[in-house]
Amino acid sequence: MVAPPLSAPLDIAFDYTRSLGPVLGRFMTGLRAGRVLGSRTADGRVHVPPLEYDPVTHAPVTELVEVQSTGTVTSWTWTDRPLAGQPLDRPFGFALIRLDGADTALLHAVDAGARDRLYTGLRVRIRWAAERVGHIRDIACFEPIDGPAGALDFQKDEPVTIMTTPIRLSYTHTASADESRYLRALAEGRLLGQRCPVCRKVYVPPRVCPADGVPTEDEVPIRDHGTVTTFCVVNVPFAGQRLDPPYVVAQILLDGADIPIPHFVIGNADDVRMGMRVAAVWREPSSWTTTPENIAHFRPTGEPDAPYESFEEHL
Amino acid sequence: MSPPAVAVIGFAQAPCLPSAGTTSGVETLVPVFREALADAQLDRREVDFWCSGSSDYLAGRAFSFVNAVDAIGAFPPICESHVEMDAAWAFYEAYVKILAGEAETALVYGFGKSSAGQLRRVLALQLDPYVVAPLWPDSVSVAALQARAALDAGVVTEQAMAEVAARSRADAADNPYAQVRGPIDPDAPYLADPLRAHDCAPVSDGAAALVLASGDRARSSPRRAWITGVAHRIDPQGLGERDLTRVPSATEAATAAGLPDDLDVAELHAPFTHQELLLRAALGLGDRVRINPSGGALCGNPMFSAGLARIGAAAQQVMSGRARTAAGHATSGPALQQNLVCVLGSEAS
Amino acid sequence: MRAAVLGTGQTHHRTRRTDVSMAGLCREAIDRALADAGVDWPEIDAVVLGKAPDLFEGVMMPELFLADAIGAAGRPLLRVHTAGSVGGATANVATSLVRAGVHRRVLAVAFEKQSESNAMWALSIQPPFTAPIGAGAGGYFAPHIRAYIRRSHAPGHIGALVAVKDRQNGALNPYAHLRQPDITLESVQASKMLWDPVRYDETCPSSDGACAVVIGDQAAAEASSRKVAWIRATAMRTEPTFFAGKDHVNPRAGVEAAQALWHAAGITDPLDEVDTAEIYVPFSWFEPMWLENLGFAEAGHGWKLVESGETRIGGRLPVNPSGGVLCSNPIGASGMLRFAEAAMQVMGRAGEHQVAGARTALGHAYGGGSQFFSMWVVSDIAPASV
Repeated sequence: MVAPPLSAPLDIAFDYTRSLGPVLGRFMTGLRAGRVLGSRTADGRVHVPPLEYDPVTHAPVTELVEVQSTGTVTSWTWTDRPLAGQPLDRPFGFALIRLDGADTALLHAVDAGARDRLYTGLRVRIRWAAERVGHIRDIACFEPIDGPAGALDFQKDEPVTIMTTPIRLSYTHTASADESRYLRALAEGRLLGQRCPVCRKVYVPPRVCPADGVPTEDEVPIRDHGTVTTFCVVNVPFAGQRLDPPYVVAQILLDGADIPIPHFVIGNADDVRMGMRVAAVWREPSSWTTTPENIAHFRPTGEPDAPYESFEEHL
Repeated sequence: MSPPAVAVIGFAQAPCLPSAGTTSGVETLVPVFREALADAQLDRREVDFWCSGSSDYLAGRAFSFVNAVDAIGAFPPICESHVEMDAAWAFYEAYVKILAGEAETALVYGFGKSSAGQLRRVLALQLDPYVVAPLWPDSVSVAALQARAALDAGVVTEQAMAEVAARSRADAADNPYAQVRGPIDPDAPYLADPLRAHDCAPVSDGAAALVLASGDRARSSPRRAWITGVAHRIDPQGLGERDLTRVPSATEAATAAGLPDDLDVAELHAPFTHQELLLRAALGLGDRVRINPSGGALCGNPMFSAGLARIGAAAQQVMSGRARTAAGHATSGPALQQNLVCVLGSEAS
Repeated sequence: MRAAVLGTGQTHHRTRRTDVSMAGLCREAIDRALADAGVDWPEIDAVVLGKAPDLFEGVMMPELFLADAIGAAGRPLLRVHTAGSVGGATANVATSLVRAGVHRRVLAVAFEKQSESNAMWALSIQPPFTAPIGAGAGGYFAPHIRAYIRRSHAPGHIGALVAVKDRQNGALNPYAHLRQPDITLESVQASKMLWDPVRYDETCPSSDGACAVVIGDQAAAEASSRKVAWIRATAMRTEPTFFAGKDHVNPRAGVEAAQALWHAAGITDPLDEVDTAEIYVPFSWFEPMWLENLGFAEAGHGWKLVESGETRIGGRLPVNPSGGVLCSNPIGASGMLRFAEAAMQVMGRAGEHQVAGARTALGHAYGGGSQFFSMWVVSDIAPASV
């Protein structure tokens, strides 16, 4: 029985900063003030949300006009199980809503309470967010026009030029069967390579041979000693960094492999050189799992340097 | 009219599965390339141009397509390009490359692990990033807004939608690559009103590859489907700007591609039942045209290769002699925003 | 069929173009390109958009929402993504559309709005099961630069010489992000060592920016009232990121792309026959490396052209008279900027950074781990045959 390929979560998250430009900037500034602006194109139509460029003349749109905060549902759907990030966390309907005074429809959520209360032609009005910053979510949602309207709070003066949009996504990253075998060997403190049946080169980690497009097959044990082919000293801090600079990132050609791997060389940065012999420093065996992180870094062994000619073809 | 200069000479696909393969796609692509090239009786070193379609957001990381080049075996170096679109548009790029005389043969491929993320949420990032995407309208809800508009306008009915689902699943019974088969429950609960589960394509992992060749090369291959026309167009995205019940970009693409009146088969890339109905109207397909004998995207929708697979399935209809003329269609973006039509025929005119 | 660049346009490149949206950024370049070409919207048959990773802007396939604003609605629209080479690849795809006889005039546009996020963040997302060896963008290329220095025995100041030249050239370019007329060899060598052996002043900035070109067929070119840049040849080659025996210093994909390019253009001695070159140099040391890769110099000798001053404006082969990627780097657009600047030179419309008498010019881009190459050669006279 072959163990299934390994998989693990991969979450990505960033708060994107969107610069708005003249049209969207005025639109968002309006929302913060509790007003909805549409753009008027050359044919006289009023677009909400606003268009930045006239679809017929291609000219930049400059005229913005205020429309009502009430409107009519032109299409709708209903969701019983809202997804992360959506405007409401209870059952609601996404709808296209044409605001009074506009010629086009805006997509937003309608807090109708129940599916059978939402229909094409329903009259709705904006429910403003309690705190407004100049963002499409300053409109909390729409609601049917049958209850009292909420009050609007004060408005600020500075024009809105940037909006922030958090994007959070969760993925499952799946490794290949060959890579999984390699990772499981790592969990036992072993390095595993595989040989391409065509070019006979040994790949670590194992993979489809990128030169020949065929899976590598024969397993080849790889020693955790190797040669620095080339390297750089990282002196610069940057987003996502794990070590404090300065540190050395080297290409290390492991003994028995035909392709170098990148890794840290810890020692005196000034002493690291091309051809230097190094050995893996493993973390505590009790902490080993199916990850290359079991090797913390490499350290100089003190052996004589490998001659340039011995690794020249791996640069 | 001059005879067509380019033909499809090979096609292969991976089975559509709810979850299969690596995020990189490499291991899935290796056998698909082998099969497509064998189908075309071409060695990989005889491929002049490689072109692929995929998406970083499907994999959740930047430059995700770069790794897939490993599946080709790209050393010595190759002539290659990539579109961040369904591979049907990579097919178009390769077709043009051959027309321009810059290549005689091409292999086009698409791949993607749709199941790696929450697809309907990931696809919300295709929407306007200022006024729409921050509300995270998922792809099924967006399609439902279109379906509702079409129902309200009377251009589709729930019964016609259910019939599309039933026919597709029945046809998929004979398709070993399909993910979904068998009967539907017309009263199944709504996924996003008015769309029920059977109105929506499944989330599929997969890949497809298609081989193209110019005139003389095509004539020397065992089987071929001549490309008599390919065209694509895009509509504005604004969901409240356009009439969601019409698909002008599909109509214009069909006209530009020369979609004939006597078409035998059409493979339409319609991930939702109402979209097949809208497309049939937009393309002017009458009752005699056999729609989606493969079961279509409703029975397997591997993102970024499903459109290419429609062209491949249409080409197979012609190459096998089951059809004299066939059309493959691909769509991209929310609510059928972008559409491509490829017309294939058995005769070099 | 022949094809020519009818016009080019680009934005003012800055760290943050917070005054414009993504559509506004693209239109700034597009509107300039249309005006430069003397072409109006109805004459555009198709649009090709190029951009690097979608994670930079946090929009999946942004050309979909941009379709209307960039004039693609109702037209064919392609979206190209070939890593850092994408700007060049986008221009090449547009060229193929014209050469194939499919379209008469095609608009190619490339952009990057890096200030929407942080490119270093997007590029350093660590997938599971990989070693967290973060070195940053420069950290990927710096070891290969070290290998070049070892292999070619180049003196240590070559990289600084390139930086001085490009930043001074950038000062002649009104659109450049970094314009440093007073930069000196000493000031570059005194700048902070970031990724040893690469110093701060030897690295490209992070920019918001866009570039556009209008490409037309022979009839469109002949109908143009302005000078055009005839596209003599295009070439693209790819190899894997890593494989056993990969030459990271002088990648074979680049060598073969250049050979194919010179052959198709009928050029036998590029150093002699090319008047100026816009080469994708994000780290200064890549100028001598690519001079060798492209066949302007023998392997190991590229640095001698730099040292002798031959790559300055006025030299035998002015390289990056615009200031190049070292002065402006809106990643997805950087390649197209090289292609457009080459065209501007042979059209005689490069302004203060015009190379006198430039009649044949190279535009070059590369991407990924030195694995995707795209290039074109443009001339002021139509090629004899294609």
